[in-house]
Amino acid sequence: MKDNIATLGLQTTCGSRVLRGYVSPYEATAVRKLREAGALLISKTNCDEFAMGSSTENSAYGPTKNPLAPDRVPGGSSGGSAAAVAAGIVRIALGSETGGSVRQPAAFCGVVGVKPTYGRVSRFGLVAFASSLDHIGVFGRSVDDAALGLGVIAGHDPNDATSVDLPVPDYRAAAQESLRGLVIGRPREYFSDALDPRIRARCDEAAESLKAAGAEIRDVSLPHTSLAIPVYYIVAPAEASSNLARFDGVRYGLRLTGDGLRGMYEATRSGGFGPEVTRRILLGTYVLSAGYYEAYYRKAMAIRALIRRDFERAFADGIHVLLTPTAPTTAFPLGAISDPYEMYLSDIFTATANLAGIPGMSVPAGEVDGLPVGVQLLANHFDEYRMFVAAYALERSIAEADA
Amino acid sequence: MVVGLEVHVQLLTRTKLFCNCSTEFGAPPNANTCPVCLALPGALPVLNEAAVRLAVRAAHALGCEVHGESIFARKNYFYPDLPKGYQISQFDHPLATNGHLLLEGQANDHRIRIHRLHMEEDAGKSIHDRYPGATAIDLNRSGTPLIEIVSEPDLRSAADAGVYLKRLKQILEYLEVSDANMEEGSLRVDANISARERGTSPLGTKTEIKNMNSFHGVERALEAEFARQVELLESGGRVIQQTMLWDAGRGEVRPARSKEESHDYRYFPEPDLPPLRLTSEWLESARSELPELPAARRARFMDSFKLPAYDAEVLTATRALADYYESVVLALGESKVAANWVMGEVLARLKDSGTRIQDFVVMPAQLAALLEMVRDGAVSNSAAKAIFAQMAKSGEDPAAIADREGLRQVDDDAQLVAWIDEVLVAHPDEARRFLAGEKKLLGVLVGEVMKASGGKADPRKVNQLLAKRAGS
Repeated sequence: MKDNIATLGLQTTCGSRVLRGYVSPYEATAVRKLREAGALLISKTNCDEFAMGSSTENSAYGPTKNPLAPDRVPGGSSGGSAAAVAAGIVRIALGSETGGSVRQPAAFCGVVGVKPTYGRVSRFGLVAFASSLDHIGVFGRSVDDAALGLGVIAGHDPNDATSVDLPVPDYRAAAQESLRGLVIGRPREYFSDALDPRIRARCDEAAESLKAAGAEIRDVSLPHTSLAIPVYYIVAPAEASSNLARFDGVRYGLRLTGDGLRGMYEATRSGGFGPEVTRRILLGTYVLSAGYYEAYYRKAMAIRALIRRDFERAFADGIHVLLTPTAPTTAFPLGAISDPYEMYLSDIFTATANLAGIPGMSVPAGEVDGLPVGVQLLANHFDEYRMFVAAYALERSIAEADA
Repeated sequence: MVVGLEVHVQLLTRTKLFCNCSTEFGAPPNANTCPVCLALPGALPVLNEAAVRLAVRAAHALGCEVHGESIFARKNYFYPDLPKGYQISQFDHPLATNGHLLLEGQANDHRIRIHRLHMEEDAGKSIHDRYPGATAIDLNRSGTPLIEIVSEPDLRSAADAGVYLKRLKQILEYLEVSDANMEEGSLRVDANISARERGTSPLGTKTEIKNMNSFHGVERALEAEFARQVELLESGGRVIQQTMLWDAGRGEVRPARSKEESHDYRYFPEPDLPPLRLTSEWLESARSELPELPAARRARFMDSFKLPAYDAEVLTATRALADYYESVVLALGESKVAANWVMGEVLARLKDSGTRIQDFVVMPAQLAALLEMVRDGAVSNSAAKAIFAQMAKSGEDPAAIADREGLRQVDDDAQLVAWIDEVLVAHPDEARRFLAGEKKLLGVLVGEVMKASGGKADPRKVNQLLAKRAGS
């Protein structure tokens, strides 16, 4: 269980010093549902502080290593959950996503990672980073494990006003479906000349195998894709600057004393938050400030609507599932990326789904230089089922190719 | 003087705006809290529909346009009794806009426009005087539902502001939307005030006054700030836009420290709550719950019950009092006597004992029964007052008290004649002169008979019988 999801009896630190030792007096809806379904919760898993990062190096408790290549990162921010599944410690782990924090580490660790539609899984008990982008997601060793986990935690929750009251299909039944009639779109913006040709090759092979299984492959365009990262890095920090205001030393968590109330605030927050969290709070505070709101936040929200519309058009045009690379690289060495902006580009293929609220997942699709590569499948709002149909088929074809 | 008022009102819901915690007043500190109103990590707000219903009722009563879609927004600032570090409020898409409130009767010349009415949550309380050198935080109030009612700058005097607040409070009480008690903090007022030359139209630079604790305090603060602004302007100075704090003890306003006002609240739409959408059917059903409002009731009392404006005003002061009066009228079939008694004996009794009409032990039907006894001559007016005093203590029926205390008027001729004879014998001189035709002695003799009867004789009948004796 990712350490930003509230659990009874175990600390919930969000990988942050500001919550060292904090034990929640209540439990997240997703955790409660898993327990009620008979799951055993064995541990919390490391993550980038408040889920801000793509390598699990931004944790106050030290980095997590990739079990497949211990000199490399597991991806992030849900790196601990991905590593626990990849190492065979657990079959299912929960993570969270704001811009790709389940799918990208799943790709880096060679496991399956699913982010459902916004509203499909309750966020109650998920410590908020950017509320309109946050999702709880599932890691599994197989597509079936992920489908099993998602089926348990999905559904309406009266404690989350943004959760949606729609019936939850049996995702595992998607394993029995044929691919005949399934239309898979290949958005050209995700396959630019800058894409590593070896990762492109794994994606092409995946598309071919789905075609061989009966799906139709079409090229599509999602023209606003390149704006996703700039939009994401306005909207997410803006919401984060507000969501993280509660860590003020008054009621729980770390309190460092300073000169008066203001001094206590400054000492607690400066000492409690790491550099990446501090950077995003400052950025978010700036873009919401009087005189900048229109130029940044409002404009970003307008472009976010265009990104969503790109997907709506593609799905309205008959596309059922989109196929893209999950991440532009394979797992990189620990400490290799120190420039924040370079790190942000890790989410270049995943952040769009968070901005649009559509479901997405990463399925292992071969290797490059002995490191796993993930293929991303995206579907329309609340159409996780068809995404799973494609995922089961892809997993089968990879297994057959390996055999 | 140009004044606009911002009024915050606590809604009378059982639970808070975004969680199921009780809104009950007076619980031990932090007893009425949960993960949501404590802003624990991971907790989320869920909107209380009952609060929306009350807010919409208030908006309807103030003639506002209620919007089918409104949006909650976060108002970000750090304060220890604001647990999330932001207040969930409404900003550029409020629940309702464009209402009005009439200050005097039905005339449109005293129409104060309402700019907007929106919903928001209350903060907790900081307690500075409990522990030396430390501040205690009580979050029982955190998340209590509020509406903020913002008027246009249509008020022209401190007295007008007082009337506006009185009318607004009365409406909110009638609607059962709020206790609207400024002393207890369920109604809070901030005032924007500027000064300009009479007859000129551009608005002067305004200041905002905070920290007023009563309607009277609002009026005094406005007068003080107006005097300050006028003196400043007349001596060639300029008013600076700033926040002023009212000091009731000293009777003066002083500028707030600049830290208390220079906020950039960084409003943005609350992502944890979808836009509030109200269908026209829902809005209609909310409108149908509106009770008769004070102005309409005043007019009806004057019209149907033929009451003077003053009486109508007093008797409609609260919905419960108006209901009480109307029930008495209904049972008695007479409005003027009922008005005199409710405004006189009943209000005096309530005032002396510090009770509210809704807790008064004398039911309207019991008061009507008493007044009926007076009308029928069964008890005298003075006996009725004595009976009422007992009813107000015990809640007994008037007939039972009259019987037990022997307060019924005696109109039995034989008994009356016996008392008359007794008096004539006891005062032979007056008796002789009266029987000889000295009519002015009638009053004296009636008084003596009443005395002899212990106040129980029916004075009208005694009059008649004595007059008959004198042969006239």
